[in-house]
Amino acid sequence: MSSAPPMPTEDPDRIASHAGPPTAAAKQVFGQRMAAASATMRRWSDAWARLPTVVRWSLLGLLLVFLYTLPLTKPWPIDTPGTDLAGVLGGTVVPYVVVALGLNVVVGMAGLLDLGYVGFYAVGAYTLGVLTSRHANLPWLLCLPICIVVSMVVGVLLGAPTLRLRGDYLAIVTLGFGEIIRLLAERLDWLGTINGIQGIGPPPNVGPFKFGVLNKNSFFYLGLTVIIVVYFFLKRLENSRVGRAWTAIREDEDAAELMGVPTFRFKLWAFAIGAAVGGLAGMLYAGKAGFINPDGFKINLSILFIAAVVLGGPGNMPGVVIGGIVVSYLPERFRFLNTSRYMWFGIALVIMMIFRPQGLLPRRAHGRTQPPDPPTFEDVKEGDPDLEGGAHGALA
Amino acid sequence: MAPSPDPAGHDALLSVQSVTMRFGGLAALSEVTFDIRPGEILGLIGPNGAGKTTMFNVMTGVYQATSGEVTFDGTVLRGIDRYKITRLGIARTFQNIRLFPEMTALENVIVGYEAHSQSGVVAAMLHLPVHRREEREGRQRAMDLLRFMGIADRANDAAKNLPYGYQRRLEIARALATNPKLLCLDEPAAGFNPAEKIELMGLIRKIRDQGYTVLLIEHDMNLVMGVTDRIVVLDFGRKIAEGTPTEVRANPAVIAAYLGVDSDAS
Repeated sequence: MSSAPPMPTEDPDRIASHAGPPTAAAKQVFGQRMAAASATMRRWSDAWARLPTVVRWSLLGLLLVFLYTLPLTKPWPIDTPGTDLAGVLGGTVVPYVVVALGLNVVVGMAGLLDLGYVGFYAVGAYTLGVLTSRHANLPWLLCLPICIVVSMVVGVLLGAPTLRLRGDYLAIVTLGFGEIIRLLAERLDWLGTINGIQGIGPPPNVGPFKFGVLNKNSFFYLGLTVIIVVYFFLKRLENSRVGRAWTAIREDEDAAELMGVPTFRFKLWAFAIGAAVGGLAGMLYAGKAGFINPDGFKINLSILFIAAVVLGGPGNMPGVVIGGIVVSYLPERFRFLNTSRYMWFGIALVIMMIFRPQGLLPRRAHGRTQPPDPPTFEDVKEGDPDLEGGAHGALA
Repeated sequence: MAPSPDPAGHDALLSVQSVTMRFGGLAALSEVTFDIRPGEILGLIGPNGAGKTTMFNVMTGVYQATSGEVTFDGTVLRGIDRYKITRLGIARTFQNIRLFPEMTALENVIVGYEAHSQSGVVAAMLHLPVHRREEREGRQRAMDLLRFMGIADRANDAAKNLPYGYQRRLEIARALATNPKLLCLDEPAAGFNPAEKIELMGLIRKIRDQGYTVLLIEHDMNLVMGVTDRIVVLDFGRKIAEGTPTEVRANPAVIAAYLGVDSDAS
């Protein structure tokens, strides 16, 4: 809702009855849609919050069972004709969802436009490649923290000098960063040049879950578990001081700074966390594919990542998960359309942005932090909301 | 609270020493010197364009003064990050309201409270005890402040959906949440009708009585006269008068600045 008109704005319910000047008509329609969508969102999430705890946990449990058994049940509308569903889910959808979650921290929560996110994805993938195949033979599990830390460090290295820039300027610099990483991989012999790296180590076998070319289900189980863990920690951040600081920075960086928010440090944290999650996604991808080369990390991937976040609803975590699924799954689902499938995908994106610019699930920026105790009768008596600047009680 | 000026600044909470602020060839402030004493309400007045908001911005670190210095509580405010100045104890509101529109009133205030938070990313991820305690305290303190300002009934509404008067009060609540020693209010009564203005002045006095020092910018002279202990008058970037409301009201330079020419006011 970054396009919200300056304050004081109207109650969303009142906008509909407001007849603005003709020039503002388009903006008003847009605003109405945004307001209506976020009101719907609010109703849904309120309804969800009102459900008894037992019911909520049962429903979540059912959803998990459904998700974990997808490669076995392969329900008809979801199954991908011509390709193995487990392969699509584990190899394509999982990395995209992780990427969408990570990029959402940067773009959705902190409001920093990062057009070079593929760079971190590449750093994660190449770190695994270098450590398990090209220059060493470390176990996958040991590489997991290394990949995360390396991506994080790269995120800080990119962010420290560039996060003083705002808006478009930051977007341009990050765009360049993504290309630099790819070109380094292409030129440096140490990273395998255009031939890339083969024989990247898979995760270790655990009991019945084996990780080889033929064990597609295992990769999906692993990926789904990673998604759940990442989601859990990011959700905690979102509902904390950190998430509020990011929202404040996104809405008014100067005001945030003047209210004591160390904006630079929190923007750097957003970059570092986003980079770490992006690196993790790249690592998952590389471990599954077993082979990477610079062609797999082109700029169009960055754009697709942004599309996943924008399509799902920036700042809304369930939304960006859906966005990540849509962007990665739909082209696979409609593989039978052959070469025209990306054209249809593009058309779908355009239509989507015209009719639902706020994303599939719009952001609900406010109301996550609830008061310690609900407003009492006295509070309502004290300040009469109908009297602008009222609240006589406070002065008594 | 003697009205006589104290150039040594020993008992001053904030001391402005011959501050000059130039934008290119324009001197928005020239050689301005004044003190703010603990526990007082100091009015900073002057006609439009006199340099009041510029003074504010120099004090809160938005601008770096071209020359001269501002000392707050023993610290020279030069080259200090803006958020650190807030942590030192200067909080402000904005002439044109700048709340976080999508956040609720409560969340706006909590952001202010968190200027002094100890917990960071790791504590939040792991739900460490320090994080849980600060979350709880932040909510409690923010709710108390909303009650103090009389706007607690809309605590859960997005700031952008609040009535104008509520938004103005919310700005003050957010600034108070940073636990300041000095609260700077930039035309907090702008857009208010006379009755609302009087109410707000009562509220400002109440805030002072809680132990805060208040700097008040306002260009409505009558309003300032009623609430302040002392007044500093700026005109064209220069300090033209300083003293108690009665002294300032009688000062011919002030009358000239406000009316353009000498008047028959006594």
